[in-house]
Amino acid sequence: MEHTHTGVAHEQHGHDASTKGIWKTFWILLAITIFEVGLAFLHLETGIPPKLLLNSVFIGLTLLKAFFIVAEFMHLRNEIRNLIMTILVPLLLFIWFIIAFLADGDSWKKMRKDLSPGTPAPAVHVVNEEAHH
Amino acid sequence: MDTAVTAQKKWWSGGHSPFNLSYGKLMMWYFLMSDAFTFGALLISYGTIRFMSTSWPDPNEVFHSFPFVSHEAHLPLVFVSLMTFILIMSSVTMVLAVHAGHQRNRKDVVKWMIWTIIGGAAFLSCQAWEWMHLHELGAWWGRNPFANVDGTVASTNFTNFFFTITGFHGLHVTSGVILNIIILANVLKGTYEDRGHYEMVEKVGLYWHFVDLVWVFVFTCFYLL
Repeated sequence: MEHTHTGVAHEQHGHDASTKGIWKTFWILLAITIFEVGLAFLHLETGIPPKLLLNSVFIGLTLLKAFFIVAEFMHLRNEIRNLIMTILVPLLLFIWFIIAFLADGDSWKKMRKDLSPGTPAPAVHVVNEEAHH
Repeated sequence: MDTAVTAQKKWWSGGHSPFNLSYGKLMMWYFLMSDAFTFGALLISYGTIRFMSTSWPDPNEVFHSFPFVSHEAHLPLVFVSLMTFILIMSSVTMVLAVHAGHQRNRKDVVKWMIWTIIGGAAFLSCQAWEWMHLHELGAWWGRNPFANVDGTVASTNFTNFFFTITGFHGLHVTSGVILNIIILANVLKGTYEDRGHYEMVEKVGLYWHFVDLVWVFVFTCFYLL
C-alpha cells in the first residue's frame, strides 16, 4: 500500500521551519495557561470577571488549547480530510452528552428542592451558625 | 500523511488507504477516540454530580499547597500550573523526538525521548506528592475533610471524583512512560533503524499528546472551574 511512507525523503528541507512551528505552539499553550491562571488570580483578588463569564472564558481557552495540541502536536491539521472527519465527527456526540447530563443534574437538584423539601439534608454549618430562626 | 494529495485523487476507489495513514497509526487514533469517550464520561459524570449539588468545595481552598513551603502559605493554582507546564513541556520534547525520527536522526530521537520520559516521571512525582499531601489532610476515596464553599459539610463526591479521575489520568501517564521506555529501548537497539522508519515513535507520541490533552481538561474541570 502506498501509504507506508517512511519519512526518508521528505522533510529534509524545512527542518528549521518545522521545529520553529513546534516551539511556537509551545509558547501559545504556555501563554494561554499563564493567562488562565492570571485570570483566576484576578478573580480571587477582585471578584472580576464574574464567575459565569470567568468559567466561559476558561472553557473557551481549554478548547483552544485542545485544538492546538490535536492540530499541531498530533499533526491532525496535516492529515487528509477523510481522517480528520473520521476523528472529529464522532466527537460531536460530546455536545449532546454534555448538554443532556448537565441538564439532568440541574433538574435533579431542582426536583429535590421543589418536590421533596428538606433534601438534601439540611446544611450542617461548620464555619458559622445559620440564622434562620 | 506526507504523500502529496491531489484534488483528483479517488480515496475510496481502492488500492490505498482512504485515510492515507498506516494501519497502526489509524488504530491508535481510534483507540484514543475511545479513550476520549472514557475520560469524557468520567468528566461529564463529575459535572452532573456538581450540577446536582447545592454547594461544592472551592478548589482554591483545597489545592493551595506547594512542596517544601509551609502549610499556612496560600498558593492556589501554583503547584498545578507547574504540573501543567511539565506536561506541556514533555509534549514538546515528544514532538521533537517524532521530528527527529522523520529525519532518521537516531541520536536526537534518543535525546528527546529521554527528556520526555523525565518529564513524565516529573509529572508523576508531582501528582504523587499532591495525593500524599491530600491524604495527610484526611482526603481519600470516601473521606472528604473539605467544607463546601457556603460553609456546609461537603459530601464525599468531591474527593471520589478527584481521586478517580486524576488517578485514571495518572495511570495513563504511567503507562505512557512505560511505553516511552520500551520505544526508547528499541531505538537504542536499532530496531527502527533496521526497519527503515521511526513510525513507532509517532504512535507512542500520539498517545503521549493525548495524555497531555486530557490533562488540559482535568486542569480546567478540577482546578479552574
